[in-house]
Amino acid sequence: MSQSNGTAQKGRTLKFHILRFDPQLKGDKPRMETFEIEEQDSMTIFIGLNEIRKKYDASLQFDFVCRAGICGSCGMVINGRPDLACRTLTNTFPDGEITLLPLPAFELIGDLSVDTGKFMRNMSERMENWIHEEPDAEPRKLTVLEEKMDPDVATEIYELDRCIECGCCVSACGTARMRKDFLGAVGFMHVARFEMDPRDKRTDEDWYDLIGDDDGVFGCMSLMGCEDNCPKDLPHQNRIAYLRRKMVSAGT
Amino acid sequence: MKIVYSDVLVIGGGLSGLRAAVASSKRGHSTVVISLVPAKRSHSAAAQGGMQASLAAASASRGDNEDVHFSDTIKGSDWGADQDVARMFANTAPKAIRELATWGVPWSRIKAGEREVVVNAKKVTITEEKQAEGLITSRNFGGTKKWRTCFTADGTGHTMLYAMDNKAIELGIDIHERKEALALIHSDGICNGAVVRDLITGELTAYVAKATVVATGGYGRLYKISTNAIICEGMGAAIALETGVTPLGNMEAVQFHPTAIVPAGILTTEGCRGDGGLLLDKDHYRFMPDYEPDKKELASRDVVSRRMTEHIRKGKGVPSPYGDHLWLDIRLLGKEHIDKNLREVKEICQYFLGIDPVTDLIPVQPTQHYSMGGVRTKPTGETPGLKGLFSVGEASCWDMHGFNRLGGNSVAETVVAGMIVGEYIADYCDDNSVDIKTSIVNDFIEREQAKIEKLCARDSGENVYDLKETMQNIMMDKVGIFRTEEDLVAAVSELTELHQRAKNIAIKTKTRSSNPELVEAMRVPRMIKIALCTAMGAQARKESRGAHAREDYPERNDKEWLKRTLAYWKNEDDPTPTLEYEDLDIMRMEMPPGSRGYGKDLTIHHPDTEKRVAEVEKLKEANPDVNRHELSELLNPIDLPERLRGLNERVGIGYE
Repeated sequence: MSQSNGTAQKGRTLKFHILRFDPQLKGDKPRMETFEIEEQDSMTIFIGLNEIRKKYDASLQFDFVCRAGICGSCGMVINGRPDLACRTLTNTFPDGEITLLPLPAFELIGDLSVDTGKFMRNMSERMENWIHEEPDAEPRKLTVLEEKMDPDVATEIYELDRCIECGCCVSACGTARMRKDFLGAVGFMHVARFEMDPRDKRTDEDWYDLIGDDDGVFGCMSLMGCEDNCPKDLPHQNRIAYLRRKMVSAGT
Repeated sequence: MKIVYSDVLVIGGGLSGLRAAVASSKRGHSTVVISLVPAKRSHSAAAQGGMQASLAAASASRGDNEDVHFSDTIKGSDWGADQDVARMFANTAPKAIRELATWGVPWSRIKAGEREVVVNAKKVTITEEKQAEGLITSRNFGGTKKWRTCFTADGTGHTMLYAMDNKAIELGIDIHERKEALALIHSDGICNGAVVRDLITGELTAYVAKATVVATGGYGRLYKISTNAIICEGMGAAIALETGVTPLGNMEAVQFHPTAIVPAGILTTEGCRGDGGLLLDKDHYRFMPDYEPDKKELASRDVVSRRMTEHIRKGKGVPSPYGDHLWLDIRLLGKEHIDKNLREVKEICQYFLGIDPVTDLIPVQPTQHYSMGGVRTKPTGETPGLKGLFSVGEASCWDMHGFNRLGGNSVAETVVAGMIVGEYIADYCDDNSVDIKTSIVNDFIEREQAKIEKLCARDSGENVYDLKETMQNIMMDKVGIFRTEEDLVAAVSELTELHQRAKNIAIKTKTRSSNPELVEAMRVPRMIKIALCTAMGAQARKESRGAHAREDYPERNDKEWLKRTLAYWKNEDDPTPTLEYEDLDIMRMEMPPGSRGYGKDLTIHHPDTEKRVAEVEKLKEANPDVNRHELSELLNPIDLPERLRGLNERVGIGYE
């Protein structure tokens, strides 16, 4: 995880080595290209890539939206590890060499841009990431007081609801690389979030149907790339272990 | 020609667009949402501190209700808001938040018993009642009489957007990602969808619909430094403007947030000050009480941003390579509170500044934050110029914010407007059909295709990135927090020239599929048009109201300027927009113009104000036995969709 050491190194030359490939263009082949730019105070990879696009190559593709570390658009492999590019300061690279690759495990759009959106929508549909009320529940009137919730439970749900679907966990996952339909830590985190939500009435059997196989929680090889690379420091290891225990008892 | 048909086309996948889509879909209308990015990445996710709704469950919010929320909103707007709309909003906000509670938002809840909070730099113990335990809690925000801002830690927008997008997925609503609307399809005063470009393949498709909804957010990125996501470039407003027949409202009303970090311009929530944080100058002196002894750091946003700028001008700022800044101090809130309720702020400080706000001061500057102006609509959300064209959220000038939006009222607007306008969109679809000829649709597609071909055919000309940077600098330097005639005249003239130069952009990359330079080349000329609307509106408005602060006209001038600016771009070849105005009718106001209570009251009153004040008093005297709901009905009768009517329950007092 990158963190600022607070020392500005204005004037240093940074070398960005970037994977270039546009699958939309017939005959285009993957290759590495290097761009050199001058480092500025408080420079992030977001600022650096935009400068490269403006000064050297306007065709360079990458995705940023919030540029504040909260929207999950800019996951990429930075010097070998998946992370959010927008909040990675260039002064965290002592030799000024920065190698950028698109996140693996997602469809490539071009250069550093990948289609995480399609993956995440499929995951949400598959896990039905919404509150399931009792099938015969009457819709709650909006004029009446909201249903009460234990304040500590609300806080715990928020802890798991902080996932920003950046895809770093899936890219860092050994199983996801071998098994196309493996749910991945992002899916488990959402399941864990809804499983603990008292408003969601799904039973252990329902959850077992969703994740009780090798594409689900039993496929995890416990390599914990998710835990090591989650930009939001979510408790993946703990929640996967919890779900696995729960599913073992639900399945027997 | 490829055509996608639906009943409703929503342009924009943030909170307001999705909520409107949910409403129309639930009413049985096929609904398609197009979005530049995956919906969960929309700028709504960036809302940190919370959503205002007068639930009045927490002890410091007892006594709150729709009337107090309405009154705070109108004062905050500096009487520039549409009072019908603000009333519709305040009455519906509790319903919107309760609906989201059933859809999964883990709102922070009340814990009974004593807890320590920081108020005016002192630790105070407050006691929460047993009967309120487990209900939605709220925090203090600027410009509000009660603690009304409901939240999930400081990730409120994120949890709301995730719940909303998941609801849309549950309902099977089609969300087409990485699509950009280039033009609205319209003829004979009716709008029937949009020409849409696929940002991956480059293909153009006509999305034809009965109702079209612009929900594309604000235009913050006209400014060099903004808290907004980089996709907030005002493109929804631009395509509405380019129809030539429907106006943008109050584009000069641009809000600057007091506390964005320096230099990145990333927001730290108003919740920092709401929870007790302070503003300090270079001597670590707390200066806000000197300027605003009553509300101090929690004056309205426009006021705090101006006071900070004034203080910096007195030489009290902290020098930095990015200009002088001030300090935000949340150390006094303690580690436990920051880790739990301000953890996004803490992460932002760690990653972008390399500091820990538990022990360090945060460098902050007032920074462009919110667009009060936008696509002008009626209270139903429909535009005045085109039938079937609606707008919601920050993209719109529905006009509940007037000239200054209160913190916590933006995410509240997104879901409330989505709910209300969504019902009116569904009504419209019940009563109308698509009658447009495919030849007209084809013309619109061909026109957009021809523009792209022309752009790609030009081998030499202007550099799009240079034009954009020039525009952003003009807006930053000349159409900022404090405005003067001299600066604004210069801004209009420079932008007018820039608009001409933008007709001659040449790009290096000619790829028709995914091509960021082409996207920029199509957006920047339209951004410049929006910038011109903003600068011209500001130059014409010779008064100070809310966030529009003229140094040469410091008074709020109700006599001449209690009106909304309407900017049209009537002919494609016009060098500048045309400004028209619509009056705000004091004689229909529930709350006639008065003082906001900041600094010295310089208001030049309208003759109707006195008349209306007397009329309101008389009405109250003539009806001594009516309750507050009946009184509001007498003063300001509003229409709401049937399913959103009804009084809101509050703990301990029922439906009072």
